[in-house]
Amino acid sequence: MEICDLNALDLARLVRSRQTSAVEVVKSCLERVAQVDGRPGSLEQKPLSDEDKKRVHAFITLAGENALRQAQRVDRMLAAGEDPGVLAGVPFTVKDIFCVQDTLTTAASKILANFTAPYTATPVQRMQDAGAILLGKVNLDEFTYGSSNESSAYQPSPRNPWNTDRVPGGSSGGSAASVAAGEAPLSLGTDTAGSIRQPAAFCGVVGVKPTYGRVSRYGLIAFASSLDCPGPVARDVKDAAAMLAVIAGSDERDSTAARLAVPDYLEGIEEGVKGLRIGLSPDYFRITYPDPASGELLSQPLPEEIARAVTEAAEKLSALGAEIVEGVPMPNTRFGIPAFFVISRVEAASNLHRYDGVKYGLRSEVPTADLKEMYKITRNQGFGLQPKLRILMGMFVSAAQYSEQYYRRALQVRTLIRQDFEAIFDPAGAYRLDALLTPTTPTTAFKMGALYGDSVLMQYADQLTVSANHAGVPGISLPAGLDDEGLPIGIQLLGADYAEKTLFRVARAYEMATQEADWRKQKPEVLRGRS
Amino acid sequence: MSEQITKEVFDHLVGLAALQLEMDQAEYLRKQLNNQLKAIAELEAIPLEKDVPISLHGVPYEASLSAPPRADEWKPYPDPAGILAQVPQVVDGYIVVPDIPHTELK
Repeated sequence: MEICDLNALDLARLVRSRQTSAVEVVKSCLERVAQVDGRPGSLEQKPLSDEDKKRVHAFITLAGENALRQAQRVDRMLAAGEDPGVLAGVPFTVKDIFCVQDTLTTAASKILANFTAPYTATPVQRMQDAGAILLGKVNLDEFTYGSSNESSAYQPSPRNPWNTDRVPGGSSGGSAASVAAGEAPLSLGTDTAGSIRQPAAFCGVVGVKPTYGRVSRYGLIAFASSLDCPGPVARDVKDAAAMLAVIAGSDERDSTAARLAVPDYLEGIEEGVKGLRIGLSPDYFRITYPDPASGELLSQPLPEEIARAVTEAAEKLSALGAEIVEGVPMPNTRFGIPAFFVISRVEAASNLHRYDGVKYGLRSEVPTADLKEMYKITRNQGFGLQPKLRILMGMFVSAAQYSEQYYRRALQVRTLIRQDFEAIFDPAGAYRLDALLTPTTPTTAFKMGALYGDSVLMQYADQLTVSANHAGVPGISLPAGLDDEGLPIGIQLLGADYAEKTLFRVARAYEMATQEADWRKQKPEVLRGRS
Repeated sequence: MSEQITKEVFDHLVGLAALQLEMDQAEYLRKQLNNQLKAIAELEAIPLEKDVPISLHGVPYEASLSAPPRADEWKPYPDPAGILAQVPQVVDGYIVVPDIPHTELK
């Protein structure tokens, strides 16, 4: 095992105790990147070579020299007896949707290809203040609009380290792929409908969507401001917990960041699940898909392999002392995607109005007659299809003559979705759950190109994760095995507001109970043949 | 009842969105929008009591959890040059853009 394959907490311990240096750790990660990542995503349109198709392509901007300088600083601090922070020397990648001062921050879009952020996002700053080392900015679906990372303007888009013919998921595809490929033990992603949890499931890593407001969104380029949640992607539960403890907390620069103390998520994380009530809902064992011919939405059972992973997880947790509560109703889960189509697009259309070529980003060089022409040409040149689609739908459903029928109705359905969660987590209610156990995704990682172009099918990849975003509740996806083709399966735990500590405890118990499982001994395709 | 986005409605939306699309893009986007509306139509089938409130966000905002507005104090931004360095065209600290459209009133 190489240094870059160690988990974050072990790396921090080794660096802080000076058994290794931060520089050695960064060098190991950079070496791994050089071996498996291939060329970074760029705006240059080059055909994919056979070599490209075997690489991960997680990065847009690799900041190796800067990372080494940060590592040298950490080592100097330790040599001087100073404390660089709890994550001293731990490399991390950042989804290129977060502003980082003096660094290109592109949102994987042409319209921001030349944008160098003048400030650093709060979650990134907190990681750096804790001694973690920014390795670079990783790829994503353009403006986070997608579930496969394929919509990025920066190509090649990331590929799944487990099978490079498959997508890593999205929109935090670069985050999940970089962690799964051993390029960095931690990554900062965002989750608006499942964009951390779904790629984490596809790539066999741990992904956390915190409670909305648990982590500041200052410096996060917005998709849907009432749904976006920054969160950790990590190799294991304890690392994810450690990272959340660093990035969470109030922020005077984000009025939606909750003024609530951040618990010590690691304290008691291995206490086990005795006495905890964990629910299973039949509404998460059916999936919806649009019929390719008619567009009609059809319901079918969850694929057997994925259902089995969830039920086996429940059995393990039961054997550890948890009480499994079956038949938990979540009847409004199936309306999560239709409601998301409306709410997220309205917010996205509003958030994208600022990209007009005036103050920053792309301004078209085509001579224009007037300001309005400049807006149109710039936005047409700068935005890819997915942003355009979201802007147009957002404007339609919020138009005066349609907003009652669509937008207001979707917001009411959001209330119903929220009420489903309140009912099951109510300590005085019928179910009194500590966590709801569900599958993370309706399928394992699909092939590159399989869904791209069909915006409805692509959005339904998030049908099991999106309800947590509507309700604002926290969720964690963790690996739970491999399917028949050797692709990771993820299971999800959802909890009550700010119940991340409980979710970590349940997740860690499952992780410890499956430590010796054969599937945990398998490696991603890009890492096979390495000792 | 589902609305279909006709070409006329689509063209109007494109104008409002300050976009200018090539024909093949426009056709693809209009088709996707109409496909999405079929999924959105699911919302219409949900029986909703009139008094179901809307939720602008999931987690309730309580006064104890929300940061108060900051004091209304003017603070100079430390690095205006850094901000202006991002602007495509600047003259003497002013952002330069094409003129706004003018309409002659008769």
